[in-house]
Amino acid sequence: MLRMAVSFFAGMDSADTNDNEFVVEFDTDPSRYRHWRVSYDGPVAHLEMCVDPDGGMKPGYELKLNSYDLGVDIELADVVRRMRFEHPEVRTVMVTSGTDNVFCAGANIHMLASSTHAWKVNFCKFTNETRCELEDADAYSRQVYLCGANGTCAGGGYELALACREIYLQDDGSSAVSLPEVPLLGVLPGTGGLTRLVDKRKIRRDRADVFSTTAEGIRGKKAVKWRLVDGIYPRSRFMEKLRARAATVAAETAEGLGDGERVGIKLGSLDPVMEGSTRTYRYVELSWDDEARTANLTIKGPSAEDVALLGEGAAALHRAGDQLWALRAFRELDDALLYLRFNLHAIGLCLVRAVGDAATILAHDEALWALRDGWLGNEVLRHMARVLRRFDLSSRSFFALGDAGTAFAGCLLELALASDRFYLLDDPDHPVQTGLSVFNEGTMPMTHGLSRVQAHLHGEPELLEALAGRRGLLDPEESDDAGLVTVLLDDIDWEDDIRVAIEERASLSPDALTGMEANLRFPGAENEHSKIFARLSAWQNWIFIRPNATGGQGALSLYGKPERPTFDWKRV
Amino acid sequence: MQSTTVDLNAKIPNNVGLADDPKLLRALEKWLPRYLEWWHDMGPTDFEDKPVFLRTAVSVSTDGWAHYDHVRMPDYRWGIFLNPREEESEIRCGDDAGKPAWHEIPGEHRNALRRIIVTQADTEPASVEQQRMLGHMAPSLYDLRNLFQVNVEEGRHLWAMVYLLHKYFGRDGRDEADELLERRSGDVDKPRILGAFNQPCDHWLSFFAFTMFTDRDGKYQLAALAQSGFDPLARTTEFMLTEEAHHLFVGETGLDRIIKRSAELEQIDPNGDIRNQGGIDFDLIQRTINYWFTYSLDLFGGEISSNAADFFAAGLKGRYREDRLDEHRALGQEYRLNVVDGGKLTERDVPLRNAMNEVLRDSYVKDCERALRKWNRTLEAAGSKTRLTLPSRRFHRHQGIYTDHFFNPEGQLITADQWEANKHRWVLTPADNDYLLSIMKPVYEPGKFANWIAAPTRGIDGQPLDFEYVKLHD
Repeated sequence: MLRMAVSFFAGMDSADTNDNEFVVEFDTDPSRYRHWRVSYDGPVAHLEMCVDPDGGMKPGYELKLNSYDLGVDIELADVVRRMRFEHPEVRTVMVTSGTDNVFCAGANIHMLASSTHAWKVNFCKFTNETRCELEDADAYSRQVYLCGANGTCAGGGYELALACREIYLQDDGSSAVSLPEVPLLGVLPGTGGLTRLVDKRKIRRDRADVFSTTAEGIRGKKAVKWRLVDGIYPRSRFMEKLRARAATVAAETAEGLGDGERVGIKLGSLDPVMEGSTRTYRYVELSWDDEARTANLTIKGPSAEDVALLGEGAAALHRAGDQLWALRAFRELDDALLYLRFNLHAIGLCLVRAVGDAATILAHDEALWALRDGWLGNEVLRHMARVLRRFDLSSRSFFALGDAGTAFAGCLLELALASDRFYLLDDPDHPVQTGLSVFNEGTMPMTHGLSRVQAHLHGEPELLEALAGRRGLLDPEESDDAGLVTVLLDDIDWEDDIRVAIEERASLSPDALTGMEANLRFPGAENEHSKIFARLSAWQNWIFIRPNATGGQGALSLYGKPERPTFDWKRV
Repeated sequence: MQSTTVDLNAKIPNNVGLADDPKLLRALEKWLPRYLEWWHDMGPTDFEDKPVFLRTAVSVSTDGWAHYDHVRMPDYRWGIFLNPREEESEIRCGDDAGKPAWHEIPGEHRNALRRIIVTQADTEPASVEQQRMLGHMAPSLYDLRNLFQVNVEEGRHLWAMVYLLHKYFGRDGRDEADELLERRSGDVDKPRILGAFNQPCDHWLSFFAFTMFTDRDGKYQLAALAQSGFDPLARTTEFMLTEEAHHLFVGETGLDRIIKRSAELEQIDPNGDIRNQGGIDFDLIQRTINYWFTYSLDLFGGEISSNAADFFAAGLKGRYREDRLDEHRALGQEYRLNVVDGGKLTERDVPLRNAMNEVLRDSYVKDCERALRKWNRTLEAAGSKTRLTLPSRRFHRHQGIYTDHFFNPEGQLITADQWEANKHRWVLTPADNDYLLSIMKPVYEPGKFANWIAAPTRGIDGQPLDFEYVKLHD
């Protein structure tokens, strides 16, 4: 199987694509999928990976053997999101391959080898976020993913399997699960490390060591014994067994959900308008200044009508569908963040503003919270939380600017708390308010499980204690006293201080800032998901930049070429 | 335990110091009963109590490797032999060419070597499984004996590979050796690793084509491994090549005898209708060649292969007769390959190391062309106007860069519809198999041959043609 797992790479030239000139858009829908087939049968959905070899996002590589690139993962992320909003009746999703003899060969090596460092990092982060979304669906939407590896499952393919709750492997004497990256490519396995292996599946670390250095992987009974998979099914009865398991899991998962019919809502395209250096959505606007390396990200809060609609209850929520403020605005924010990450490489600092009326936002939050027990209310909340986590994980400096007209309250206060600094204007002529709602109390947790207020006041337990259960509007001084504000500025100082802060920030080393911010944003204990991103940033991205992987003689550079890699044996 | 150990050493002819290797003895002790059980379940079971005039290798010396006697197949002495080497072995290709060969497994190549050995080993029992029922329609005792000779030697080749797994790969190797006995040719759940070894071999035309074309792939794979820097593998495969030559002989002369007989029947029949005379017509022979030649081409692996490059670079697998070439690094050179690009056939240069599978395939194709010329001389001598051809290597492929395209036997790109409309003319069909089965009735009388095949020119080990090569009525 080794032959299969790696041969897709062969035969392509490694022209370095200039990723900087390539614009990535994340909007897609089932009518445009090239790489996935989804079918539905009551509570069980079947997701088949059948990657179109000629459907690579960039030129210069073929996506053979169900290997994937960003385009494939964008579709997967879309599938997972739509499954929650459009198919709430689904309890179990079977993930299998529609391509012969291989489940998934992992990330396309040639795509990686020919991509810039920034592209690799962005790609790996996005694929990890997608896998976290899949786990989030299991945890919070009772949509359980079952992996049916009906063929070899290598590298990032196994990471996809690991993201599923259960993994079943075809027992045919050759299908194996494997993480061949260390021996074959000289990089970290999976799509970002080994956390899921040892933390989620709790595979013994010594066995994980053997597994991760055995390129051909492990199959059959041994894969079960080592807990790399949950079971093996014979080839002739594979789908039959998997369907039976899916039906059982679907029934178990549905327990206690009630019999009410669940009808999904459609997620339409956001259709942002691009004009020069401005990307405008209905509630969000992203604009940038290449020379100053600075972007402005503005989000408009909900209106009184939006709040009134929520007051009408679950049916109204359903009627509003994807036009609901909380859903639409956060989808737009998500898209803008991804646009910033993938397409605006030189923009180092993003200035964030939430505009609107603070009291209305707080009323909105309360009204939305009241609908949390309905499936759609729950999905909207979970989606907001995921977008905020994408924000936390974006490697740009974020300054929240609370100047005249802004309203960092409730769910939008989270943006200020997620930012690296929060500047707030204290000007009696232009009173600015912030505010606290239930959404600041841990309902929108960060990747590592803490609320942003907790993370913010990690070292100041008295302030944290004082905020516990506190809801309502805060004027600038109260906000500052509560420990929420970095710098409180009056109208005389505002302009100059902000200008200097921006210019100073934009002048610092982008690498140092990325590292510094990632270190400072997540105080407190780690969990599985935060470890995944931390390991990815610290280790994979380091390995990617090292000559042993990507130098002229590095393993990743030479993979599939006639020459063998030459390592610098010094341990660092 | 002790007594079994002694027995085992006496039972297994070897030149690998088995008696003094307790680790190996212990591994083989466990494996041997399972092997015999497999042979009983999946081998030519219905003939296992019949004495067969078999050649047994009892040592590597000139008179030792071909010892003839009537033997019941389960009593065959499956031995373990390494070809002797006079001089110190060297790594023959790749980055380390010229350095001393490895006598133990180098850690960095352990997994790759295990894969290579397991893939080769898996083909040996597979062919026995594919051929297990053919004894019931043998065209003569001479041919029946040849079938069984091939079978026991494929069994011995499995032993040779299992020896390497047991001796050099520790527990993993033992597990792999066990799995070799668990996979089954054509089984939906536990198929053999390579495609051609899961194709049914229903009748003697396919058997001869298999030994001609598929075993010939084996010859080239073994020859490439005989160039390996891992000395025990090189020497084991060198010895296997001496036996493989007999299998190729069976296939090549078997087809030649059928062709000769068909040409005779063509002359006999007033309308030149071979089938009317109960023979095998040339179109059907051509379809058989097309079918098995192309399935065998698949076995060489991808045309552009990073594995092939790695194996060559690491010195694990060389080219055919690498030791006779002048240059062994193969860097900075390219190989010109026909590829399909934008719906058209064009040429592309790929690094030579990545094209090593194709280089080996070239040697193989040349060898097959030689056999075709020989058969055509047979046709000419018999007065037939027919000439047989070898199809293009792009035709009817299931592995590699031509897989997803359709080609005619001349190698021209065609459409899927054209393929569908013509495939019954180009490759074996179920109707062909039905016809062949209808004419293949066993001929067990010494010296007699079925109507559809000519007698060979001479017998085995100087014995006459009417010698009782298999004693069916003991």
